[in-house]
Order: sequence, then structure tokens, then C-alpha cells
Amino acid sequence: MKLSCDIDVKHLTRVEGHGNIKITIKNGKVQEARWEVVETPRFFEAMLVGKNFENAPYICGRICGICSIGHTLAAIRTVENGFGMKPSAQTAKLRLLLKHMETLQSHILHVYFLAAPDFLGVGSVLPLVKSHPDVVQRALRLKLLANDICDEVGGRRMHPTRTVVGGFTMLPDKYALGQFKSRLKNCLGDLVASAELFKTFVFPEFERETEFVALKGEGDYPFIDGDLISTDGICKAEYDYLTMTNEYMDEYSTSKLSKLSRKSFAVGALARFNNNYDFLEQTAKDIAEMLDLRPVNHNPFMNNVAQVVECVHVVLDSIRLIDELLGTEYGPERQEVTPKAGLGVGAVEVPRGILYHCLEFDAEGRIKRADCVIPTSQNHANIFHDIEDLARFCVEQGKTDKETELLAEMLVRAYDPCISCSVH
Amino acid sequence: MTTKQTFLGVNVPKPRVAFFELSSCEGCQLQILNNEATLLDFLSMVEIVTFREGMTEKSDEYDVAFVEGCITRKDEEQRLLTIRKNAGLVVALGSCACFGGVNQLKNRFNDLNWVKKEVYGDHPIDTQEAKPISTLIDVDLEIYGCPIKKEEVEDIVVNLILGKSIDHPKYPVCMECKAKSNICLFDLGEPCLGPITRAGCDAWCPSSRLGCWGCRGPAPEANIKQLLHICNEREIPMERVMDRLECFGGFSESIEQLRRTEGR
Repeated sequence: MKLSCDIDVKHLTRVEGHGNIKITIKNGKVQEARWEVVETPRFFEAMLVGKNFENAPYICGRICGICSIGHTLAAIRTVENGFGMKPSAQTAKLRLLLKHMETLQSHILHVYFLAAPDFLGVGSVLPLVKSHPDVVQRALRLKLLANDICDEVGGRRMHPTRTVVGGFTMLPDKYALGQFKSRLKNCLGDLVASAELFKTFVFPEFERETEFVALKGEGDYPFIDGDLISTDGICKAEYDYLTMTNEYMDEYSTSKLSKLSRKSFAVGALARFNNNYDFLEQTAKDIAEMLDLRPVNHNPFMNNVAQVVECVHVVLDSIRLIDELLGTEYGPERQEVTPKAGLGVGAVEVPRGILYHCLEFDAEGRIKRADCVIPTSQNHANIFHDIEDLARFCVEQGKTDKETELLAEMLVRAYDPCISCSVH
Repeated sequence: MTTKQTFLGVNVPKPRVAFFELSSCEGCQLQILNNEATLLDFLSMVEIVTFREGMTEKSDEYDVAFVEGCITRKDEEQRLLTIRKNAGLVVALGSCACFGGVNQLKNRFNDLNWVKKEVYGDHPIDTQEAKPISTLIDVDLEIYGCPIKKEEVEDIVVNLILGKSIDHPKYPVCMECKAKSNICLFDLGEPCLGPITRAGCDAWCPSSRLGCWGCRGPAPEANIKQLLHICNEREIPMERVMDRLECFGGFSESIEQLRRTEGR
């Protein structure tokens, strides 16, 4: 058994945003083990006050560079819920397709560029360009496809331009959609190869019993629309999000933190998988089985694997959506918007977990108050408690300082944290 | 700089490049990874020595520093001064670094205590007015946009390596939009800052029928008065024009002037 170590990681690399890991072990006892969020706050909730509703999606998208589409869609849903609007079936399909492609883009970026280097013993994807050229090319091919579809549907892969309250400014070209359908079909081979790569990775056998929170599926694996559920048996309506998030502050973090039935909970790919396994496409279930991932799984490192499984699901569901879009004549791209005083809440499953926006409007549709609860801020407390447990696990396993440090870093990376997003 | 690569038979340097982020969404750095088709070519032109979002290795020895984000806290000022000391060339990457970006929207309340309380209640939190990086250090080059356009970054880096001059377009987005034969947003009843915003994005937003929000800041000799006249003529509410003018901080001088004259 190892006796003492002092780990102090300042500004962890290969994650979005700024966070530190601190672990001190003396005489075989964990003295302290924590995750600190030191990101600068940007005050988006204040920025929005006094602004007309049309600003909300545009400004909220800027909360995050990686999940700007998710934030934009959440803000749009919030405004539409607030004004009592319902998107047309066509708009709902296009938004879901766009959402799926953001999920694919974000998951591929994470599993290949941010997580995989640890499992392959390198510091970044750069050395892999020479040592594993086929792996890097495959990752780029998948990311390019996802981003190309985001460009066509959302107008732009980052900070989308066509997505507005009421629908879209422009509809995607149907010929282009047909082409994308073939590319999506062809990419399934790349996804199977991705799963085979992950099959070769050794995941730490670390588990901590966790409450997982996600949208509730009603026939479909849910991304937009649905009640809020947890694996501890909680179920709430979307507008009741505050009772699911229970935000508080502590001394180590500039991000707000959340809790529900226990001292912390988790959201994200693994949380969605654990709550909504039944609604996954069969091929995605087969890939999960091949990678030894079964619900309910309490190993946080397996979030990487759940992301690979979700990539398969969103690609198959996107093919279905494109088929449906190609099978019907386009209706109008957007509907009239009539502002209304009141409160809107929008919950959307973005790559890192469930995201909530809440906006209060005056009669002219100006924002009186704004609240955004970010997936990573909901995960921070869980990461914190995982690190405490992981430190004890490393002591028991007699891990060296270097091994403990790497495992702690890999644990945080497994959550795919979007830290600047969480502080916003 | 190492000189292993050649261009038309002439040796060209391979600069050591570092990426840093202050208060931002880190989207501009993500854009660097976002041109998958040319990414490997781009990476072969430079030697990336620091890129915290993407790699574990880091170094304090670099020729070019790309800085994303604006200043909103004391520790960011310290980091920025160190970057300036280490780098031969400092490039402001994106609207946050160039103008403060969306982050400067909090400045408009002129009341940081209210801003803090609105978001964090009574919990103590450290922040300052959002400022572009040029308020603290000399900036050698600015790359505009929210987000930046990767093709533009690729051009600029190639020119930098070849020692060619780097010139931003002097004409506005409107010219690029006309050249693409887009439907004019004004004809659709939408406000658009295309007539006054610096070009270089190839009319990115108007080509998707979204009026320009001015993320690249004013074109030289931007005629804001005439833009307001056009909007007025088409009965576009002043509030919608102001929302766009103040969104990214590039038009902050005009906004101050307008607030004084309009009493807004």
C-alpha cells in the first residue's frame, strides 16, 4: 500500500475550461481530494435582462462553443414554451436532426481527441497522426460529416444562423439531405471500427453508486421534450426543473453545484443510457453489449463508452429523420411569433447532459429574468465525490503517484466537462 | 523557429504556436479543429507547443500566441502579461479578444454589483468590466468574428509564415453578400448590419437569411447614420438595431454616442 502523495493539477488539460485537481494522501489516509472550478464567470443571466426574446437563442448559443446548437435550441424551446407555441412537425424533425449531429460531433471530438490519447499512452491526438493515421482519419471523417450536416440544417456548425424562434430562416436543400443520408449509412462502418477501438481500451474497475438524471423517454430515446427522471425514482414535469437541480455554491468553485436525492448526481451520456436504455436502436444496444455496457452502470469512466453507443443511435435515428423529411413536401419554414407575458422553461439533452433554460417575459416579450442550469454544473459535485472515492481506491490498489494523477485526470475527462459553460 | 518546410523551393519557417483562452466559450479554438478536410495540412505548417484544450504537453517558448477571450478578472491580466513577454507575436482570436464580445453586454448596466447579485445572489464572486486584450497589452494582429472563420485563419497563418502582409478587407459585409446574389435582408423586413460591418466572413449569416449582427466590428468609414436612416425608412424598430450594434462590442463608440443622442 502506498503511504503518501501530493497531487496538484492546475488547469487540467484536454477539457473545455479551467479546473484543478488536488489530492493529498498521508500515511495511507486521504487527507483531501477535490475538484476545483476556477473558471471566470461571464454572467449570461444578467446580460439577457431587458433584451427582447429574439436575442435569447443568439446570445445563449455563445455560452458554449462546443454545444452552441444545444444552447440555441434550449433557448428557442424556452421562448416557445413561454409564448405557448408548438413547433410544426417539420421544425421538430429538423431541430432533432441538428441536435443529433451536434451530439455526434461533440462525442467524436471527446472520445477521439480528448479521451483516447490517455488510453493510447500519449498526451494529445497529434502523435497519433503518425502512429495511428487510420484512427485520426476516421475521427476526422465522422466529425466532418456531423459538422457538414450542421452547416446545412443550422446554417453553421458553431453558433448556428438559421435557428430562430418559430422555426428556421431557411430549410436545407433536399438533394443535400439525400447525399447526407448515404454518407450517414456509410459512416456506420466507421462507428463499428470506433467501438472495436474502444473494446481494446482498459477501463479502471472503479464504481461509485450514483443517481443519474435525464429526460424521460416516451417511445423514443429522448433529446428534446419529456419529463425529468432519476434512477432513484424521481419524476418531475419540465417546468418543475428547480426541484431537480437545487443549485448551491461552495468555496472551491465559481460554478453553481446541484444535488437531488443524494449529495450529488450525474447527467450525460451514461445517465441517458442508464435511464432510457430500452429506447436505443437495436444496433446501438448490440454495440453496448459488445463493450460490456449494461444499465444501470455506476462506473463513471464508462461515460466514454456510452458516448460511442449514442453515436450509433443518433446516426440511425438521423437516417430515419431524413427519410421522413424527404418523404413529405416542405411546409412553411417558420411560424408567426406572438409574445406573451409569463414564464418559459426548456429542457434539452445536450451532449454533456440535461440543460435547462428558464426565461420570464413581460407582455412585449422582453426578458425580465433568466436562469440557465448547465449539465456540467450539475456534474461538478459528482466529479468532486468521485475523486474522493477514487483517491481511496488508488490507495487500496497501491497505485503510484503518477498512476493516481492520470486516473484522476481521466476520471474528470470521462465526464467530458464543459467548464466555461458551467460557469457561464 | 525551425525551417524544415519549403515553399517554391525556398525554406520557410515553422513557427512555434501557442493557444490561450481568457473569458470565452472556447469556440474559436474549437474552430481551429473544425476544418477537418484541411486540418492535417494546417497542423503541418506550424508546431503547436501549447493548446490546453487539446493537448497535455505545454511550453513557454513560442513565436506566436493566439489569445481567445476577454479580460474579466485580475488573474487573467497576469496571464496575459506573461503571454506578451513570451511571445514574438500576439494575435487576438475572435470578437471576445478583439472587442470584449458578448461578455461586454454586462458592462451596459454600469453596475457590477447588480450584475453579480442577479446571478450569484449574496455569494461573493470576483469580476471586472469585460475588456478587450488590447486594453492591457500591445496586440500585433486581430482576427475578427464570433466565431472566427477557419478559412480566414488559414490564409492569415500562411501569409504570416511566408512573410506576406496581412490586410483585412476595407469594404463591408454588404459587398460580399451582393456578390453572392443573396436576397437582401432589408427586403425581407429584417435588420442587418451588413452595410457597416467589416467584411471577411463571406456574408456568413446573411447567406443563411439571418441579418448581420456586426460580430466583426465596423468597416473603415462605416456610415452608421445612413444605416439608421435605412432602418427607419423600413420601419425596423430602433431597439432591434441597437441589440445588434451592442452585441459584440465592436461598435461600442457608436453605441455610446447613440445613447447620448437618443437618450437610451
